[in-house]
Amino acid sequence: MPKIVFDQVSKSYGSVQVLQPLDLELNDSEFTVLVGPSGCGKSTTLRMLAGLETITSGEIYFDGKPIGHLEPKQRDIAMVFQDYALYPHMNIAQNMSFALRLAKVDKSEIDTRVKRVATMLHIDHLLGRKPAELSGGQRQRVAMGRAMVRDAGTFLFDEPLSNLDAKLRAKMRTELAEMRNQIDKNMVYVTHDQVEAMTLGDRIVVMSDGVIQQQGTPEELYKTPRNRFVAGFIGSPTMNFMDGELTEQEGALWVRGDGYLLPVAAEAAARLASHGTREVAIGLRPSSITNVINGGAPVELQIVVSEYLGAQSVLATRCGSNELLVEVASAVPIQHGTTQTFEVNTEEMMIFDRETGLRL
Amino acid sequence: MKLARANRLTPYVFMAPAAVIMVIALLYPLGYMVYGSFRAWDPSQNISETEFVGLKNYITLWFDPSFRESLGVTLKFAISVVAVEMVLGVGLALLLDRNIRGMSILRTLFILPMMIAPVVVGLMWRYMYHPTVGTFNRFLKSIGLDGVDWLGQHALLSVIIADIWQWTPFIFILTLAALQSLPQSALEAAKIDGAGGWQQIWHIKLPLMMPVLIVTCLLRLIDAFKVLEVILVMTEGGPGLSTEILALRISRTATEFRELGVAAAMSNYLLMLLLLLTVAMFAFNKIQTARAARLRAAVQEED
Ligand SMILES: Nc1ncnc2c1ncn2[C@@H]1O[C@H](COP(=O)(O)OP(=O)(O)O)[C@@H](O)[C@H]1O
Ligand SMILES: [Mg+2]
Repeated sequence: MPKIVFDQVSKSYGSVQVLQPLDLELNDSEFTVLVGPSGCGKSTTLRMLAGLETITSGEIYFDGKPIGHLEPKQRDIAMVFQDYALYPHMNIAQNMSFALRLAKVDKSEIDTRVKRVATMLHIDHLLGRKPAELSGGQRQRVAMGRAMVRDAGTFLFDEPLSNLDAKLRAKMRTELAEMRNQIDKNMVYVTHDQVEAMTLGDRIVVMSDGVIQQQGTPEELYKTPRNRFVAGFIGSPTMNFMDGELTEQEGALWVRGDGYLLPVAAEAAARLASHGTREVAIGLRPSSITNVINGGAPVELQIVVSEYLGAQSVLATRCGSNELLVEVASAVPIQHGTTQTFEVNTEEMMIFDRETGLRL
Repeated sequence: MKLARANRLTPYVFMAPAAVIMVIALLYPLGYMVYGSFRAWDPSQNISETEFVGLKNYITLWFDPSFRESLGVTLKFAISVVAVEMVLGVGLALLLDRNIRGMSILRTLFILPMMIAPVVVGLMWRYMYHPTVGTFNRFLKSIGLDGVDWLGQHALLSVIIADIWQWTPFIFILTLAALQSLPQSALEAAKIDGAGGWQQIWHIKLPLMMPVLIVTCLLRLIDAFKVLEVILVMTEGGPGLSTEILALRISRTATEFRELGVAAAMSNYLLMLLLLLTVAMFAFNKIQTARAARLRAAVQEED
């Protein structure tokens, strides 16, 4: 279970640089999730760690030892691939035991380990079948099992759930979260799904365009995103952004935009004082807006559509020319097309520099 | 109702010309040959004047030591060239399946022999094998060794070498294509699981390529049984009967011995042998598809 350090690691294909030099520390026995939109370089990062891609510049260290030149098999890793990558010509038992057989592990030891993991993953009745005779969900389990029978120091997962249907994905996510607590290993998990990242990660690394945007615990990322990208990527439904301008009135700081005028909370106002910019964008999570009037900052919203999700509904509304999502309790009656007064929790309002996207 | 039937017949109407040509071009000569093989037939005779002799031609051949020897030579030739070509072709493909600069040029060079006309190949090798002025013996003499009697004492070996030179590329390109369409992620998984180069070849690449390799091998075998030009040009079947493969014996029986009926019967023996191989190949393909279909069905049941 090594401590893994990326030191200025970058990757180029020919003249195209797909990963800017990045620094990353993955602590012992931590579940790290790399998350970001498709094509941002998550898989590339993981594959360099696995030894499946060369490192263009920089170095990766396991417990202080450089490993960039090592073959995958010398790195003591197990990996679950997005397309599962099962060996089509071997049955499930052979698939799962392949690494152990290559390592010349005792035959009876192999049998017990395969049995144990297969039972744990509920695939023990499939051991004699070929991968082609399994459903997608079963193949996914076998891929997991193949990694788990090995006693590797580091486990890598490249979008292991993305080929499953929504229901199965949710189920596997829960099982993974459970398993994560039982296995005391380094795990690095790649996904484009922020819900997966939030439920599984001890630490989340948000990437975009080959650059790490921010890393931290799920809570840190949700509550104190460093920039507009992270704020918009983490959380569901996604954060609303509206352009605005800071203005001072009667000694207090306000932000004014198309269709709204909201007070800036005192704490934020203190921070903003040191910045020269007036041109900002505000970020409001759908849950920061409510239709329960309680003496807070009011805003007039025209309701366009409501999406019923059960206990909660998501309203698509219009604030001037801005589009705004609002999350409300479904119990409250909603009239489409009408304009209603909502209330904003300004403590939760985030303010970003419109130019740089950084949170102020 | 009528329209529906007409519609169903349409494809056959369009296929009819091709079918007719096929019957005339393929089945007619074949039928002619089968018919002729039951007759005592001299080239000067019209086939209608010939005498029906039943299975006599086949039986004579069966007990004819020259025919048996020729059959033996053919089997020896075909099996040894295909065995060596498979090993060399697959080995080369495994070796050259990588993305290094210049590799595509090298690959193109490797398949050149296959593109040369067989007669030219035969002539080329005949000169190279020439006892005094041939490339090989001149080279051997230049380094102080005795020349080898290539097309005399070692004639069969010499034609085998020439055939290997010409046809290894065939196996090479088919294997290379198979290699490059292997599921890359399974190979990556094997690397992660700790497989070294040889272990990847042995446990993953070869088993996954096996269907292609088997078909390639059968195709080459079928072809090797019919080889004619290269050997005709190089040795004309000699010395003695040492390189007289079946195709050559058939043509000699027809032209030199003027026994068309016997030649036809011999062709039929060869045809049966090839048919057996072809059927084996189709059966193998059938089994493969049937198995794939069964697997798919099994999965669908479960989903
Ligand atoms: N072999 C390759 N050659 C060229 N470009 C590549 C190659 N592999 C990946 N890329 C590019 O690198 C970028 C990052 O890819 P990847 O790491 O797979 O993204 P993701 O975050 O979706 O896993 C993408 O823009 C992709 O087009
Ligand atoms: Mg990816």
